[in-house]
Amino acid sequence: MTSPVIDARGVHVRLGASHVLRGVDLRVDPGEVVALLGANGSGKSTLVRTVVGVLTPSQGEVSLLGHPLGNGVPWHRVGYVPQRVSAAAGVPSTAAEVVASGLLHGRRLALPRGWRDRAREALDQVGLADRADDATSQLSGGQQQRVLIARALVREPEVLVLDEPVAGVDRPSQEAFAATMTRLIGSGLTVLVVLHELGELAGLVTRAVVLRHGKVVHDGAPPRPHGGHDATGHEHVHPHTSELPVLTTEVGLTDGPLGTGSTEVGP
Amino acid sequence: MSEIGYMLTDPLMQRALLAALLVGVSAPVVGTYLVQRRLALLGDGIGHVALTGVALGWLVGAALGLVPDDVLAVPGAVVAAVVGSVLIEVVRRRGRTSGDLALAIMFYGGIAGGVLIIGIAGGSSGNLMAYLFGSISTVTSTDLVLTIVLCTLILMVGVGLRPALFSVSHDEEFAISSGLPVWALNMAVAVLAALTVTVAMRVVGLLLVSALMIVPVAIGQLVTHSFRRTMAVGSVVGVVVCVVGLSITYWYPVSPGALIVVLAIAVYAVVAGLHPLLARRRPARDPHPDIPDDVEVEVAATNTGPEGECER
Repeated sequence: MTSPVIDARGVHVRLGASHVLRGVDLRVDPGEVVALLGANGSGKSTLVRTVVGVLTPSQGEVSLLGHPLGNGVPWHRVGYVPQRVSAAAGVPSTAAEVVASGLLHGRRLALPRGWRDRAREALDQVGLADRADDATSQLSGGQQQRVLIARALVREPEVLVLDEPVAGVDRPSQEAFAATMTRLIGSGLTVLVVLHELGELAGLVTRAVVLRHGKVVHDGAPPRPHGGHDATGHEHVHPHTSELPVLTTEVGLTDGPLGTGSTEVGP
Repeated sequence: MSEIGYMLTDPLMQRALLAALLVGVSAPVVGTYLVQRRLALLGDGIGHVALTGVALGWLVGAALGLVPDDVLAVPGAVVAAVVGSVLIEVVRRRGRTSGDLALAIMFYGGIAGGVLIIGIAGGSSGNLMAYLFGSISTVTSTDLVLTIVLCTLILMVGVGLRPALFSVSHDEEFAISSGLPVWALNMAVAVLAALTVTVAMRVVGLLLVSALMIVPVAIGQLVTHSFRRTMAVGSVVGVVVCVVGLSITYWYPVSPGALIVVLAIAVYAVVAGLHPLLARRRPARDPHPDIPDDVEVEVAATNTGPEGECER
């Protein structure tokens, strides 16, 4: 039996006064592509941020690539794509500079030789090689998201953790992203990805984990999308602050018929 | 021309020019990180706290009967500035909302504490003027050595660790997920800021320190869109305004600190005014940055519906 890439056991996370994760178990084996689904506020982002060490669980254990979270984890084998942050940082930076920061990890605080070429290669993987020297603030939202993906890919990770990589991203960018992911997964990458709906990635996901109110309510075959929800031309662009899409998503997850052999996701 | 030669052979002016040059290079390097973290006013906060340090140094010096009694003023400022910036960093980590307030309290406490303590030490607030507005013409050899050591340290860390400090300042969450020593790097920025404030204190004074860290970076941002080049342009501007400003005061008796800051702001105004003209003259390379990408992607994916489907 292979050892898991991500192994979270009985994880509780408290953020301030709120008890966000209430005993979550999550195991991801090598080569798996696991989608983490759930409504806004169900704890998906909190879970992935805990898995990559940004948040510390108040209870439970998380190990990554066989090492408990901390300095022992081989961080250069882990790629993390956070939810898109505003590119309007105080000082402008080029796409290549942002991507190059992905080459630093653990105690490696200086860029290796040939960092420019590696940054350009990573940008090429997401179709942005020609924008390497442009300011990230000049790129569109979808392109900025792809820069962040390139930053995670530049260190050639074995496991990629993505937090809503396609939310608010236009359709062509989503397809480019799916094409990139198809190629990487084909070469053996393990993926944990937070999604609102499976969308373009539906064909790649091998397992889905659904969170609700900080607990895992489904772990198995990916739920089939609600009728019409994923039909061609149906586009779902979620603004994170709006209330309406939250409801839509929840309906999409709870009312949709599930794939055969999967656990019922009832309320 | 001979007047410039005259200026350059004046040992007092030599020391002052060297100090101004070093501070002009270093301050924008640290300022770049502060601007990127949206902590442009941190330098001001540290400057105010350093004033209390100056007064404390004075008090200790007076109590020990040292001559001159302000011999401990600069070391006092270094200690207070480092403690203050570390405290601000700790507060910033605790929660974002209170950081702003903590900074404000530090502003007022620093000035009030300084004036109060200098009085206890037997001086008057007039003694603080040299520190508030700079006194580069009185740079001693000891001051110069301290400036050289601190500026070398600031440049070594600020430039040497640039990729790591950039990563932490740009996206702290990603830096944590890379296993970088984020806490240590944040503290490094805080300590660098504190040291910069104390070395720049001599040149432009505590009240104007932040201007020397921030304004050259603002100019750099106007003319380039790379982090590295913003820092480089900032340093060049910093050196030019410091050296030119100081040289002018050799002939015209005005405050060097104030003149340097006014020069920097004038450069900013000129560059900002010329910027639209320069930008317009450049060939409009890509008016709709999304279009080439989308086309390229559609060709790659080959199974998209009509473009109109996207925005339904």
